[in-house]
Amino acid sequence: YFYLLTLAYNPLHCLSSFYISASSQNNPESGWEAKAVLFFKEQLKDKEAHTSVPSLNDVPLHYLKPNSLVRFRCLIQDMFDPEFYMGAYETVDPSTKARVLRCGKYKDVTECGVDLNSRNTVTAERQTFYCVPIPGENPWVKEISFSQARVVPSTSYVPSRQKRSYEEDDDMDTQPQKQREPHTGPQSHTEPHGNGDCKRQETEAPSSQTTSASHLDLNFPLPGEKGPSCLVKVYEDWDSFKLNDTLEVYGILSVNTLLDASSSLLDPAECMETAEEQRVHSPPASLVPRLHMIYAKPLPHCNPLLPSAALEDNSTKTSVPNGEMASVRTELLAYLTHVLLGDALAAEYLILHLISSVYARRDVLPLGKFTLNVSGCPTVASYTERLYQIIQQLVPCSYRLSMSLQNMNQLRLVPKKDYVANRLVSGALQLARNTSLFLDETQLEQGQLDTTGVRNITALGNLISWQKVDYDFNYHQMEFPCNINVLIASEGRSLLPSDCQVHLQPQVAPPQMEEYLSAIHMHPQASSQLNKFRLYLSLARTLDYSISDEVTKAVEDDFVDMRKDDPQSISAEDFHRLLVVARLLSLSLGQTSLSRDSWMRAKHIETLRRSRTEQQQQCVNGNEP
Amino acid sequence: MSSPTSTPGRKRARTDNPSTPSNDAATSPPSQRRRGQDSSTGELPPMPTSPATDMLSPAVPQDTSLFSSPRHSVLPSEVDMSSPLMYGTPSSRVEGTPRSGVRGTPARQRPDLGSVRKAPQVDLHSDLPNDDGAAVSDGQNAGQRLVIWGTDVNVGTCKEKFQRFLQRFIDPNSTEDENAGLDLNEPLYMQKLEEISVVGDPVLNVNCGHVQSFDAELYRQLICYPQEVIPTFDMAVNELFFERFPDSILEHQIQVRPYNALKTRNMRSLNPEDIDQLITISGMVIRTSQLIPEMQEAFFQCQVCAYNTRVEVDRGRIAEPAVCRNCNTTHSLALIHNRSVFSDKQMIKVQESPEDMPAGQTPHTTVVYAHNDLVDKVQPGDRVNITGIYRAVPMRVNPRQSNVKSVYKTHIDAIHFRKTDEKRLHRLDEEAEQKLFTEDRVQTLKELAAKPDVYERLSSALAPSIYEHEDIKKGILLQLFGGTRKDFSQTGRGNFRAEINILLCGDPGTSKSQLLQYVFNLVPRGQYTSGKGSSAVGLTAYVMKDPETRQLVLQTGALVLSDNGICCIDEFDKMSDNTRSVLHEVMEQQTLSIAKAGIICQLNARTSILAAANPVESQWNPKKTTIENIQLPHTLLSRFDLIFLMLDPQDEAYDRRLAHHLVSLYYQSEEQLEEEFLDMTVLKDYIAYARTYINPRLNEEASQALIEAYVDMRKIGSGRGMVSAYPRQLESLIRLAEAHAKVRFSDKVETIDVEEAKRLHREALKQSATDPRTGFVDISILTTGMSATARKRKEEVAQALKKLIQAKGKTPAMKYQQLFDDLRGQSETAITKELFEEALRALADEDYLTVTGKTVRLLA
Repeated sequence: YFYLLTLAYNPLHCLSSFYISASSQNNPESGWEAKAVLFFKEQLKDKEAHTSVPSLNDVPLHYLKPNSLVRFRCLIQDMFDPEFYMGAYETVDPSTKARVLRCGKYKDVTECGVDLNSRNTVTAERQTFYCVPIPGENPWVKEISFSQARVVPSTSYVPSRQKRSYEEDDDMDTQPQKQREPHTGPQSHTEPHGNGDCKRQETEAPSSQTTSASHLDLNFPLPGEKGPSCLVKVYEDWDSFKLNDTLEVYGILSVNTLLDASSSLLDPAECMETAEEQRVHSPPASLVPRLHMIYAKPLPHCNPLLPSAALEDNSTKTSVPNGEMASVRTELLAYLTHVLLGDALAAEYLILHLISSVYARRDVLPLGKFTLNVSGCPTVASYTERLYQIIQQLVPCSYRLSMSLQNMNQLRLVPKKDYVANRLVSGALQLARNTSLFLDETQLEQGQLDTTGVRNITALGNLISWQKVDYDFNYHQMEFPCNINVLIASEGRSLLPSDCQVHLQPQVAPPQMEEYLSAIHMHPQASSQLNKFRLYLSLARTLDYSISDEVTKAVEDDFVDMRKDDPQSISAEDFHRLLVVARLLSLSLGQTSLSRDSWMRAKHIETLRRSRTEQQQQCVNGNEP
Repeated sequence: MSSPTSTPGRKRARTDNPSTPSNDAATSPPSQRRRGQDSSTGELPPMPTSPATDMLSPAVPQDTSLFSSPRHSVLPSEVDMSSPLMYGTPSSRVEGTPRSGVRGTPARQRPDLGSVRKAPQVDLHSDLPNDDGAAVSDGQNAGQRLVIWGTDVNVGTCKEKFQRFLQRFIDPNSTEDENAGLDLNEPLYMQKLEEISVVGDPVLNVNCGHVQSFDAELYRQLICYPQEVIPTFDMAVNELFFERFPDSILEHQIQVRPYNALKTRNMRSLNPEDIDQLITISGMVIRTSQLIPEMQEAFFQCQVCAYNTRVEVDRGRIAEPAVCRNCNTTHSLALIHNRSVFSDKQMIKVQESPEDMPAGQTPHTTVVYAHNDLVDKVQPGDRVNITGIYRAVPMRVNPRQSNVKSVYKTHIDAIHFRKTDEKRLHRLDEEAEQKLFTEDRVQTLKELAAKPDVYERLSSALAPSIYEHEDIKKGILLQLFGGTRKDFSQTGRGNFRAEINILLCGDPGTSKSQLLQYVFNLVPRGQYTSGKGSSAVGLTAYVMKDPETRQLVLQTGALVLSDNGICCIDEFDKMSDNTRSVLHEVMEQQTLSIAKAGIICQLNARTSILAAANPVESQWNPKKTTIENIQLPHTLLSRFDLIFLMLDPQDEAYDRRLAHHLVSLYYQSEEQLEEEFLDMTVLKDYIAYARTYINPRLNEEASQALIEAYVDMRKIGSGRGMVSAYPRQLESLIRLAEAHAKVRFSDKVETIDVEEAKRLHREALKQSATDPRTGFVDISILTTGMSATARKRKEEVAQALKKLIQAKGKTPAMKYQQLFDDLRGQSETAITKELFEEALRALADEDYLTVTGKTVRLLA
């Protein structure tokens, strides 16, 4: 085990040993790559091992050794054109005329003295993805994943000067700081949480990097995002990746200054690309490092508390007994009731919303989505903002879109292809799966929406109804399915469609609101408690669900009976919703199949909700004349 | 090749490869009797040392003068230069088309074929080491087979084969419109050559598919070694041409432009193996660069002795002569720009067309270089098929940098462009969007078509998540297939609409939108708009100033974009009148006229319209007619072939089935998934195939059945004194019957098709045109907007009102409200305000009274 660990600590050694064995055989076809990839996969299967690989998300780039193994938790923001590279090439030593066959895989730059006319040159193809850190990732996710990670011992930190930019050389004086790392590293292994503080300082430290990034648009979907973006080179099976996939990429870091467009000394006649295109496609490697993918793990969720490996074996599902799920649910319900000003029904629906996810699509119809419209939000004391902060604490990824008139008219929600720079300019709706999108409609005031505004509202409507975003490719639109949990907070009924509207009935009088709310924030939940909630929400979403034939029958009978009594009482649409509510309710209780009780309960809360909405409408209608 | 030799060298191109058997080159054009390469025993005695003799062909006597001097120098290099195969060899990029000296037609350079590959010929059987690329055996040795180095192409054979192809190829089944006007039973390309001689456009487009069917081996060579084979083709065609039309004068020599190379269709499938091969890809132009003058030949002049020298550009570089060859001064040569030779070049970015893309990925782009007259042939937004040579160029090695990027730059040197959407403007272009169906696929589709219940199967496969509404689905299915296109323009009727338009009305939340979304996703050229959000401009077209070129550009809207597709319009009722009015023309004439910003044109919009409308009162009122419920002008409604109501049937058995359907939707079991025997792709292919290949015609019985059906429809009404069917209904029936025949993959419209069309039409009418007052189906509701009984009632009320007023005696003015109350009091049936107003209006039309504000005045 120790042997494996050391190998993982020193991935470069390991990889170079493969290189050496291959080059000694002088045969690129010996399949060393396959062997190496297999080796790495084996290594990374180990639960412990992957934490020992430094992560680009946590460790500032200039602390990472070039050509070392790193990992990167990211979202595929754009896919560039495939590129052809020298898969194998021959170098000629100018003095000895000795020919050496080399492999060009996992590298950006060739060795010296390439013989371009050699017959042994093998042209191979690889694909480039532009990856950004998962948009809207909440701070707690970063903190936890950071504290889980161990940093490469600086013993293996050998600065290779000639390959590093000047900028980085300036940072050499931060070296002594790094000396601490071997000590903190092993510690974090035994103590998974809470020792991130000293390292946090380090991640925050290189502000020089962020300032220099400002002149280059790194194309993050959401405004105000930070973190490195990466050009990931994919060597095999790139068709299996899709735009907006979330991945954990393990690969070899390359930060060669030659890759910088500004430093390239190409004669202009040779350039096929415009200046903008060059800037976008070959940004300075110190800002956008290249990552040569060895292996990528798709992330079904990005909650670090729930090990992704756990999803594959069903053992974890049973390891969380129903009773426990139910008890956590009760606690969470109490907490959310508190947050929702004492409205237990709204809290119930909020839980259902938070665990909803599109689990299938029937032709165009996405199944399982549950867009919630919480109407009747108090406008005092910036309630919606506080509500969002609570949600932020609970879900791994979220974004609050304040639907102010200005935002609607100006924000770019839908990604658009920029043909000049040949890239997909991201928009706020380019989000990873199961991101919580909090639409704050209370911010909307009267006024005129311009063309962009109308388009943005339409895009939001499409997102909610069909769970898809039509990316703008100028000459045509392209539809990308998505899976985003949309929560709309509004005063009256939202102008956007929603699956379910619940009108908030605050138990707190408006004058005390301020006090009440600050009390919530004064006493935040203990982090262990929060972690329990976080784990619960992520876990409930992954459960399987089924309906037994018996219950199916009962449900059908129920529907027919309801219709018999009063055909107006339940339409097909209502039944649709009822089925979703029943499903989510069962899952929230940790039950993987629908029981009669859950069905009755779902019907009950639906009736409550509807009567409340009707009441509200009557109330409004009564006031109008 | 620096020095004076280079210029004559170009002219000498026609010398062919002196290394090939001499007879090949000598008695070139139509002499097909020779069998080419192996014949070393030609009529001419082998003349190894002086290839110039090759030129002494009787056909080209002038040639001799051109091949004069430098021939006797070192043979190998000479061969290099004079060979037509030297296109793009680094040393002789300037090599143009083989210019037959005939009539001195100048050859034109083909930078599109330029490359870095060296291509001397080698003898396959010789054991000469050819690594150096210069090994050329002298071709006179018997039994030897000469090929271009690195390939298996023998110039002589290749040329001969191509000439044979040109002279013999006949494609009687040609449907390409390029061949319109040609006699299909005569050799196609000979006719094209004739055309060239008449028109004088020296470009011969050759369909690679034809080459393939004629000579697979030649085709393979063309695909694999385009850079060598195309010049050979050029040579062959010029020889043939000037043989045949010795008097024609062309601007330059004919260039062969192959297209439709089947090697690669999709940009995504390009891979390193395609490098330097002839490929055809389809895509959309997204950017074009400005014109780039590319130097082909640099002109240097010695500053000391004014000695001129030309240097060809090799891989974008010019080797500047250091020493003047005349006066031996060093560094005395200066580049004279305006005596250098440049060629036009343009960079074009092409993006994958959206249809070719796998879901969830972004489109790829490729750089294409267009040369000479291909420059500015395409504009951004054009859909094109590009045939060209795929190139990969290593990133330039900078001498100052020790290591280089290991990435190649790739691009395509375009040889041929073919716009796929251009033709849409004047002619139906089935061929361009014709999907390539594999034989297997066609087989599956045909098997499916043979099933007796194919119609039911397909309709149930349509939007399976939407429950029941079988007839609506059937209607939409027929819409997807469409009728047969007919052209009556000779008789002045214009095009006969083949598209079927459908309107769905019904309560909100009856999954109308979902159905529309489904259809939109199913058809390749679908557009989805919402009546609320679309303006007339968004539907039709608008003129925009291109920010870059300052040109006015016509941007097409949803209706034009969905030409040959389906335009789904949701919330049809929310559309402004202005917007709706553009639909009138589209829905019957299938064209769109635009007159704005100085642009007057008529665009084709042969689109089917699938619209959904909500009732005005949010809930469908069964007591009212369709028109009253949705408040759409009847002029528009009558253009819909089928109008369906999607209502909640409210009966128990239905509820039960619905419940079951919905529950199973959410609980997907394995067997349920399998039940969906037809997935969307099969359905898509099925429709595409039927639309492309099946053009049913009415047979005698069917025509009779249609006539009967129409007469019957007319009869129903005539009994009650009203018109119950119009020719439009008959046209609808014909379209529906044709579409149903297409579903069956049948070329004949038979009685069963007519029956189904009748049934469906009747069902739709039953739903939408039933007069709620009488319970009868009344077509006039849809055609005139009012049922016959309603019209009668209106007249009655007007008469009653008139009587009432007359009874009042000589009061010239009355209060509006009072009159209304009086009438209400008098009448035994309820009179609504609308009815009253209509009656007033009717009387006003008779000039009996006028209404001003709240008073009613009698006239005269």
